[in-house]
Formats: sequence, C-alpha cells, structure tokens
Amino acid sequence: MKSYVEPEFIVERDQEKCIRCKVCVNQCTYDTHYYDAEDDKVCSRDENCVNCHRCVAFCPTRAITIRRNPTQYTENSNWTREAVTAVKNQAETGGIILTGMGCDKPNYSYWDRILLNASQVTNPSIDPLREPMELRTYLGAKPEKLELELENGGTVLQTQLAPQLTVETPILFSALSYGAVSFNVHEALARAATECGTFMNTGEGGLDKRLYKYGEHVIVQVASGRFGVSPDYLNAGAALEIKIGQGAKPGIGGHLPGEKVTEEISRTRMIPIGTDALSPAPQHDIYSIEDLRQLIYALKEETDYAKPVSVKIAAVHNSAAIASGMVRAGADIIALDGVRGATGAAPRIIRDNVGVPIELALASVDQRLRDEGIRNKASIIVAGGIKNSGDVAKAIALGADAVYIGTAALVAIGCTVCQKCHTGKCPWGIATPDPWISKRVNPDIATRRLVNLLRGWSLEIKELMGGMGINAIESLRGNRLQLRGVGLTETELKVLGIKMAGN
Amino acid sequence: MATTVTKLNNPYGEDKVIDACGLFGMMDLTGKRFGAKAPVKAIANMHERGNGLGGGFAVYGLYPEHRDDYAFHIMCLSGEAKEKAERLLEQNFDVLMAEEIPVNPKAHVWNPPIIWRYFLQPKRDLAKNLPHDEYVVQNVMRINTETCGAFVFSSGKNMGVFKGVGFPEDIAEYFCLNDYEGYLWTCHGRFPTNTPGWWGGAHPFNILDWTVVHNGEISSYGINRRYLEMYGYHCTMQTDTEVMAYALDLLMRKQRLPMEVVARILAPPLWIEIDTMEPNEKRLCTVLRQCYSSLLMNGPFTIIAAHNGEMIGLTDRIKLRPLTAGVKGHILYLSSEESAIQLVASNLDRVWSPRGGEPVIGRLETMKPVELLAKVRK
Repeated sequence: MKSYVEPEFIVERDQEKCIRCKVCVNQCTYDTHYYDAEDDKVCSRDENCVNCHRCVAFCPTRAITIRRNPTQYTENSNWTREAVTAVKNQAETGGIILTGMGCDKPNYSYWDRILLNASQVTNPSIDPLREPMELRTYLGAKPEKLELELENGGTVLQTQLAPQLTVETPILFSALSYGAVSFNVHEALARAATECGTFMNTGEGGLDKRLYKYGEHVIVQVASGRFGVSPDYLNAGAALEIKIGQGAKPGIGGHLPGEKVTEEISRTRMIPIGTDALSPAPQHDIYSIEDLRQLIYALKEETDYAKPVSVKIAAVHNSAAIASGMVRAGADIIALDGVRGATGAAPRIIRDNVGVPIELALASVDQRLRDEGIRNKASIIVAGGIKNSGDVAKAIALGADAVYIGTAALVAIGCTVCQKCHTGKCPWGIATPDPWISKRVNPDIATRRLVNLLRGWSLEIKELMGGMGINAIESLRGNRLQLRGVGLTETELKVLGIKMAGN
Repeated sequence: MATTVTKLNNPYGEDKVIDACGLFGMMDLTGKRFGAKAPVKAIANMHERGNGLGGGFAVYGLYPEHRDDYAFHIMCLSGEAKEKAERLLEQNFDVLMAEEIPVNPKAHVWNPPIIWRYFLQPKRDLAKNLPHDEYVVQNVMRINTETCGAFVFSSGKNMGVFKGVGFPEDIAEYFCLNDYEGYLWTCHGRFPTNTPGWWGGAHPFNILDWTVVHNGEISSYGINRRYLEMYGYHCTMQTDTEVMAYALDLLMRKQRLPMEVVARILAPPLWIEIDTMEPNEKRLCTVLRQCYSSLLMNGPFTIIAAHNGEMIGLTDRIKLRPLTAGVKGHILYLSSEESAIQLVASNLDRVWSPRGGEPVIGRLETMKPVELLAKVRK
C-alpha cells in the first residue's frame, strides 16, 4: 500500500558547508542520512527524520537545519495536520498510535498562570548568598504530636518516628525503568542522586546489581509486572514505591517488546531473554483499597518497617478521595503523576486525553488530607510537568513536599523531547537498550550534567525563597498565600486554593 | 456570621493584617504587684514605634479577689450585640458579677465601643464533659462569631487585657490603669499598615490567660494557619499574632510541651547547627523540625507571651526584630528598645540582647530568668 503520510520534517543541508565527514550518517539511528559516493554528496530521507537533532548537534560545520515540513494541508482548525496524519497512519496500519514522552497539548498547564510573591517593606527579603537558606526535607509519615518527658532538666523523646527519607533539595528523579532507558542512564541517575543527597527511582524494571552500592539513594519500585522484585531488591533501596499508575497512561499497563530484553535486562528483570515484558494494567493483587493495605504491609514486613513505602498513582478525577484512602491504608508517601507526565511508550490517545493536570490534583489532594486531619501522615511528591525551579517552588507552595523530575533529567542528559522513545532507537543513547547506541551516554558526563541541573535549580529556589523572606523550605510548603493566579476562572482559583493576582 | 470579626479586622480582605510595633514587658519574679506607672512610661517612650492605631496592656495578678473566676472583658459595637452576648453568657455561665469597665472619657482615643467585664463560672451541668478551659474557649469563639459585634478580648483568670485604638499611653489613661496593680505587665504600641480602626485589632491578643504581644510579619503565615486549621483553630482575626497565640495554645496547653521545647519549634536552630550538636540534642531538634515543620514561624518576629506565672520573650531564628532583656533585683524587663528599660530602671544588674531563637523566660519563684539554648550554641 502506498503511504499517503507525508514527512513531518525536512532536512536541509548547506552543501557549501558540508565536508562529507558522514557524522550525520553514523549518528542517525533512523537511517535518515546516507552518503552518495557517485555524487560525493550526503543526502537525506526526510520521511525517516524524527527531529531529534542528534545530527544538528554533532555536525562539525553546522551544515544541517531541520524544518517542519512547510507543505500544509488546507488550513482547518479542526482537521489539523496532526489529526489528518493520525487518521492516515491508522488507515494504513490498523493499530494503536504509540508515542513517547508526555502530553504535548498546550491547555493543561497551570504553572505559567501562577505567580510567586516577594517581600517589600513590611518584612525583609533574605539574601541567600549571605545567609543560610534551608532546603532539607524529610519525606515520610509524621506523628500528630510528640510525647516528651522531662528528666533532670533535660528532655527525653518518647515518640518513635516512622522511617524518613532525607532530601537535601526537594527534587527527586522520577521512575525511569531499566529497559526503557539504558544502563548508563540508570547509573548516572543513581550517582547524581547520591552526590546531591536526593533519590533516583528505579521504575518498574528492577535495579542492576552493579547499582546496589547506590542503594541509600534509590527508591525501588514494585509495579504490576513485579519485574526484578526480590527480597534483595526490596532491601537494596532506601524506600519502596508501589506503582499503581502513571500520568502518561492512567489505567494502562506497559509492554517492553522482546527485542529490547537483552541479556543484562533479562537478568535484572528476572525474565528470559527476548520475551515480552508485559505489565498488566492493574496490579492483579490489588482490586481495592484493602488489597493495597495488604501489599503495603507485606513490603513493610519484608523490610522490617525500616523504609517508607510510597504509593504512586496517576492523577485522575477523584484523586483526593483515593489519596485519602491510600494514607489510611498505610502509605508513607503519596506520589501523584499529572496528565503531562512522560513515558517510554503510551498510546497517544491515552496520553493526551486521560488524567488531571498535576497542579489541580495536588491542590485538591493536599486540601482533602488537611480537611481530614491526616496531612501529617504522608508526604506528597508530585510529578508530571515540572520544567524549571519556578514550577518546583510553586508545587511546594501549593502543598507538595517534593517533586519528581523525569523529562527534565533526560533533557539534561541530552534528550530533545522528540517523542520517539517507543522506537527504542533513541539516537542520544537514552531510551534504548541497544548496547552500541547506549554508549553515547557517558555516565561521568551525564552525572555531571544532572548534578549541575539540581544545583542550578536549588540555587534558584533559594533565591525565590529569599525574595519571599523565607529561609526554610517548610515555611513555603503549603503556603498558598505566596501564590496568585492570572487568567484563571473563579472555579480554577477555588480548586487551586489561591487568590487572583492583584487581590 | 463567622465573618463579622474577619470583616471588622480585615476590611480589605487581605491575606492577613500586617503591623509592626513596640513591645514592653515587666515582671516581678516574686509575684509582688506593682502599678501602671513604670510600664506605661516605658511603652510611651517608644511612641515612634506605633502610629496611634492601636495600644494595649495585659496585667496579671489583676483580680486577686476573683482569682478563681474567669474574667471576661467584652467590647460591643452596639447595645444589641451586648444583649446577644449577655444572653449567651447567662445560658452557659453563672455570672458572678457584671460591670462596665470604668473609663476616662477625656482620654485621647478614637471611637470607643461599649466595654464591660464579667466574672464567670461555667454552668456545672453544661460543662461537665469538658475541661473548663476548653468550655470557655468554645464559648469565646461563639460570642466572637455569632453576635455580630460583641468581642471577648480577655478571658483568663486573675488577669485582664485593656486595649483599643490610640497610642498606648492614651489607652492607659482611658482605662484608668493607674487604679490597677499586677506582678506582670505586657504592653504594646501598634503600627498597622491599614486603618481598620477597630478596637479588637489592637494587641495583646488573648485566649484564656494566654496573651501575646507581637512585632513582625510572618512570611510563613499561610502554612502556619493551614496547619492550625487541621487542629480546629479558626483564624478569624487574620493576624500573625492570632496564629502565634493559637500555636502556643496548641503546643503548651493542649500538648503540654514546655516553653524550652516550644521555642525550638517556633524558631528552630539551623540544620548546620543541629548537625553538629551532641547526639541527644541533635535527635530532639531534628525530630522537632520533622514533626512541627509547619509551625516554624518564618520571617521577622518578636513576641512577648505571658500566662499566669510566666513571661516569655522570643525572636525569630535570625533575629530580624529587636528584643532586649534587663534584670534588676527580682524584676525582669523585656523591650523592643533598651532605652525604655533604662528609663524606668537605672543601675540594672544586667542588660543583654538575646540571640535569635533563644527565649528569655521569667517564672514566678525562680527568681532568675531562664535563658535557654545558650549552652547548646556556645
């Protein structure tokens, strides 16, 4: 069948600048570029290009420019190019359209319509370059009150606190499973988390034994496929996370195709080489909240009640009630993943149409837990759409204890958000199990880039806090008076629990 | 109805009412009562720290002849509100005495309300299932939210608050404070940034026998308030002072934590300090910050808090507002400015500026003020 789908991108090569070095030919994993020896010329197959910019970044003479295909169908606000192309693709394949990364639609973001406050006159702003500015955060259940006994003029603590995770900056690396990302990426995340005093999350694909030494800075995930879950694995991390769902594909399972299950991945996931790794949509031992409680306590038993247990859900319409149930079921941490959360592979229709923006879900969950008087019993980590330190500060002011970053971490390593993770051919060596391509991520350099990112964001958060006259992050947490909305309806402001700017 | 107080105190519906101020506190640690002369003179000396939009005093050991009765001071904006309040009082309390508080109408104050005082005992059958303090708190909240204009601004035993719109020296004159004696006086001159012109908005802020006078603007107000709401406190006044008073009530009255510990919750040491403490100290301070992180009062503040038998001075942890302490004999002085202390007590035994987050506590019978955390920090 002849394909009617037109190339999305056009590769332009300045032949004057091109020196026929063939870097682009070697770097492209999609066979876009080829060398024509007869004409001594490098040419491109536009239809293969995914606009990942690997060739653009590596071309030594900057000869390559990628443009969106300027040929447009007749203008139509409903039948956009994307809509027409999607139908054509499906008419030709009869399948579900897959994609990678998070929802790319413009309407679901609220961060940019929320503004932060600063001190003027009535209280002083604080200069973080000259004065202490504290970002340390403890994640886990806190008691309602402390019991103290006074003995010989000293105080003796009677209350035993539940296990806590200490983060030196309220930013953790989100679940990125081994298999979806390469070993080198996992290693860089673990090393950067260790260096920055924060945590990486294994995702559902287990943890390679070589990374167990970073366990104090690792959250090990237990998902519906139970890949790589063993007593050693559970005890290797500092905390455990039960994955119920993720923002990119709420209600949907996962599928790592057999060709991605290499020897190393098979060993870590504990499945045979070359078999498909299927994650069921639900956890089949959790069909209700009381089942969740059993799994939480099974994991706590296995780890001697020494590690906090997080439960991660996709933000959906009744997250507040669900989160309340999760806290009552014994979760120490609630991880909420919003509609803009990313993935290695998801049906496009799910990614773009299911879920709730994280800002709204966070606001309602935090408020509900307070209304019920149980906010102290669990920490909240939010994920899905954190692009910069301003988003982090706003999330914390709305009520989050910390944030997870996934896409931002990958962008720091080299990702350009081309949304083709599901092909497994990531030319940046990130979202690929291919040992040859994944060598493109140098763990030393990737670690450095991640550490730099966290450092930069942390400095910026300190500047924002100093401006507000706040020198400890806990005084920003849930402090919604530091936030104002612009361009939001009355109902949106009410759900967010913030006032209109100018008020 | 519950919004009446809120609207009176915060007519523009701001996040909270902002004010800055002058503070003074004076306590005879032996419990000997003294008159208004010295405290009024001291707070008047800090005239420039207020703008005439609020002044007030809390006096302890005030009503020895009624030492076991709850003394309510109630301001009413109308006769109707007063009737409503009195109906509630009669329903829920045995009213042992009711009288208008004597005032000097010649004093320079703005638009005074009707102000009465009542000596009360909870009705035994109604209050039998509740601690009396809790019963009183609930009734104070009811009067303040349900009567549309009556406001209980003092509700403790053997103590009383006098406050209003004017400079503190004028408020003292208006309430004829020269006729009273107490062993502990706290004083306040207010500089609000809006002009509510409402007497209830002045300091001290009071619930039961707790009073707080406060100078500062707490940047963490938003979360402090949301945390206290989880424990059933409704911030009708929308001021930092109210949040501070409720935090003290929760931690000290309800959870029975000593002030030494409470100071480390409201103004905790920095992590870099905690990390180098000896193990027990470190563990305590770490757990306090983990557990009570939402009660850290962040941003500039100085408070002088008091209840029967105790006066506490505390500043924020990086001391963005002033506090000076002085001792002469058995008298402990706390003040925004040293000059006010020197004015009323020459040849002090000792004058010092407490460090940020280090409370100075005067307790009856201890004879010497308690200073805390000093040994940890040195």
